[in-house]
Amino acid sequence: MNTTAYETVETDVLVLGAGGAGLRGAIAAAETGARVVIVCKSLLGKAHTVMAEGGVAAAMHNVAYQDTWEVHFADTIKGGKFINDWRMAELHAKESPERVLELERWGAVFDRTWQGRIHQRPFGAHTYPRLAHIGDRTGLELIRTLQDRAVHAHGVDVHMEVTVFKLLKSKAGRIAGALAYRRSDGALILYRCAAVLLATGGAGKMYRVTSNSWECTGDGTALAYDAGAQLRDMEMVQFHPTGMVWPSGVRGILVTEGVRGEGGVLRNSGGERFMERYDPDRMELSSRDVVARAINSEVLAGRGSPHGGAFLDITHRKPEFIKSKLPSMYEQFLKLAKVDITKQPMEVAPTIHYAMGGVRVEAETGATTVAGLYAAGEVASGLHGANRLGGNSLSDLLVFGKRAGDAAGLAAGADLKAAQSSIDPAEVDEAIAELMAPFGRPAGENPYQLQAEIQDVMSAHAPIVRDGPGLKAGLEKILDLAARSAICGTGGTTSRAFNPGWHTAYDLRSMLVNAEALLRSALERKESRGAHARSDYPDTDDQLTSINHVVERTANGMQVRAEHRPPMPEYLAEAVRHSYARYTPEEME
Amino acid sequence: MTDLDLKIWRGGPAGGELVAFRAPVLEGMVVLDAVLWVQANMAPDLAVRWNCKAAKCGSCSAEIEGFPRLMCKTPITEYGGQLTVRPMKAFPVIKDLVTDVSWNYEVNKQIPPFTPSEKDRSTSEPWRMQQKDVERVMEFRKCIECFLCQDVCHVLRNHDMGSAFYGPRFMVRIASLEMHPKDMLDRRPLLRGEAGVGYCNITKCCTEVCPEHIKITDNAIIPLKERMDDIYFDPVRSVINRLTGRGRRSKEG
Repeated sequence: MNTTAYETVETDVLVLGAGGAGLRGAIAAAETGARVVIVCKSLLGKAHTVMAEGGVAAAMHNVAYQDTWEVHFADTIKGGKFINDWRMAELHAKESPERVLELERWGAVFDRTWQGRIHQRPFGAHTYPRLAHIGDRTGLELIRTLQDRAVHAHGVDVHMEVTVFKLLKSKAGRIAGALAYRRSDGALILYRCAAVLLATGGAGKMYRVTSNSWECTGDGTALAYDAGAQLRDMEMVQFHPTGMVWPSGVRGILVTEGVRGEGGVLRNSGGERFMERYDPDRMELSSRDVVARAINSEVLAGRGSPHGGAFLDITHRKPEFIKSKLPSMYEQFLKLAKVDITKQPMEVAPTIHYAMGGVRVEAETGATTVAGLYAAGEVASGLHGANRLGGNSLSDLLVFGKRAGDAAGLAAGADLKAAQSSIDPAEVDEAIAELMAPFGRPAGENPYQLQAEIQDVMSAHAPIVRDGPGLKAGLEKILDLAARSAICGTGGTTSRAFNPGWHTAYDLRSMLVNAEALLRSALERKESRGAHARSDYPDTDDQLTSINHVVERTANGMQVRAEHRPPMPEYLAEAVRHSYARYTPEEME
Repeated sequence: MTDLDLKIWRGGPAGGELVAFRAPVLEGMVVLDAVLWVQANMAPDLAVRWNCKAAKCGSCSAEIEGFPRLMCKTPITEYGGQLTVRPMKAFPVIKDLVTDVSWNYEVNKQIPPFTPSEKDRSTSEPWRMQQKDVERVMEFRKCIECFLCQDVCHVLRNHDMGSAFYGPRFMVRIASLEMHPKDMLDRRPLLRGEAGVGYCNITKCCTEVCPEHIKITDNAIIPLKERMDDIYFDPVRSVINRLTGRGRRSKEG
């Protein structure tokens, strides 16, 4: 087989990823009249969005009539410890109700209030009950609705089980295409397009204990970085407070925050409801960074559960209530852990869940710093700042998926001619040669082994509470692993047909870019804020509230620099001040 | 700790065979863990689909000891010290445990999407629906598209009648649309024609393998059969139709 032969596909907008952001973006781009191709690493409908359980946050005031976009905005900013892109938080709070109602008009079926409106449940650090939901499988409903809308939309084509490994730019420096391989047969595809929308999700797979699937290797962040785009807030990675801990085979699998939203309480081995000591007002429904660190502290203090976690107990609720509101949690624990959550408490511990940081985007359009490249969803950064509130990711996907899709579609129409300019054949050949190289190294290291080592390094050196020496040592190990990964093999196999060893060899590159950016940014942020906690700088430094860390590729390798964010306009600052006075007095100190 | 004797079918479209592996057992291990251990340590090019590892995405469908199940939801303790994993039989093999399920996606495209009335489309007011009215549909919308029901359905599996019958998954899909309180489209001609609901002879195998416990036969297929019968095979209506000349309708399908 000719290793460098490729087929060519032409389109206007190429969407990478078929989770919520990718599908919503594709629908929006198609509505502008653009031809759209969605490329996804798995089958359609399997993306990580299906794992979202709790709900989608939108100030629709169906349950609490006092809720407004201003309160949602203030909750998001306070949860993100004030380093959010405030314009994104504003757009998100204002537009998410409309995006939810739109889903309903496309056939999504939400749980109802007695008045027949969309029901909203309480969730951590949201002032009011705000999460529109469908039991505990909101993500599945969202993705299925968008999937059916997209495949029946005009001009959307889905290429399943295809992985993009290189973004291509024209001489003028704007996006002109992408190179990909098809998993099933290893065939190469050159996509020529006028705009690329990155919607590739997170990078949780660089950790060992994670709620993320194999796909979440941070491809989009790495592709964008490689193409010269800026990354932002890469030190901010969320530990979800409640992942399963036992049995060991299921460690890390998510236990929805909905359990606490529906009244679940956390206890330590002494039976104490320990959140009283960490956040007496909001208790279990404090923000995720606080709850995750609280569980971590209890375990370190020797008050953990038998397998190193905390007990999450919802047995005071009626069995029928639990089964109707949390059906998949009931099933998950019964099947995988032989625990009946209507009768016994669950054992839970923090698990890597979400990347707040990612590609730097413009709030209005999702445009990155590379012309023709857009990003939305978890791969983008800004909305969530230093900590994401539960429920804000699904609304993020909808609001910014649509905005980025609109912008990419319009840009593709306007710039098609410019974009059809040359793709450098030498660049294509070079990228293909690099992708194929592991086949030529029969004695090269096993990529699965390297992946496991990356996970060990990140788990040990960038844990829930970090420190300078640990981060520095971790960075050295990651750079060493990068050097080894650059010359790894496929595990000794030579077939291009559905060869996960070969696929993993490529995934390593993405994980390593994400890991390096995380460690370098975390070293720069000399304070504790949100998800970024440092034992050597345990306090929040007010001087750093206006700082975001931007990561960029330079001739000297990866560089991190601090950048000042402009202050928010008066009406937004007023919304935050107002919320202190009225809603969450405990945060006055 | 004892080891697990694992036989995994390996091969491609041209054929293949069971290959024996031995994997260490961890507490709480599911079949997918064992397969992934083999992949990482013994057979780096072993092809297997998986994603969430929490029974929410429906990617890791396979036949374990001959029974269609999700590998991520099947503890190995159910089988003692040995077990056999094969790919789903109803779909063409791509490689090892990975099958070509693209046919399902083509079928889905044939089903007319959710279609609310003009009035519901044009109103700017949020819709009102009661929980009771949507609960029926919610059962069908739990489907994670693992296609185990398609795999076990004898119309597709043994008779290869994919050209005449959409299969249980898409009966569930049609039911979720037909029974949606706001959907106005009539898919009964489709059911009788292309979708071929008549081919199902309610053996309920699909219900038995559904990891989401959707009562596919009782709650989706039988009600759909009844709806279709109402317009096409009701003897009283048939006489009325003949008298009023409306009998032509049945040709739509």
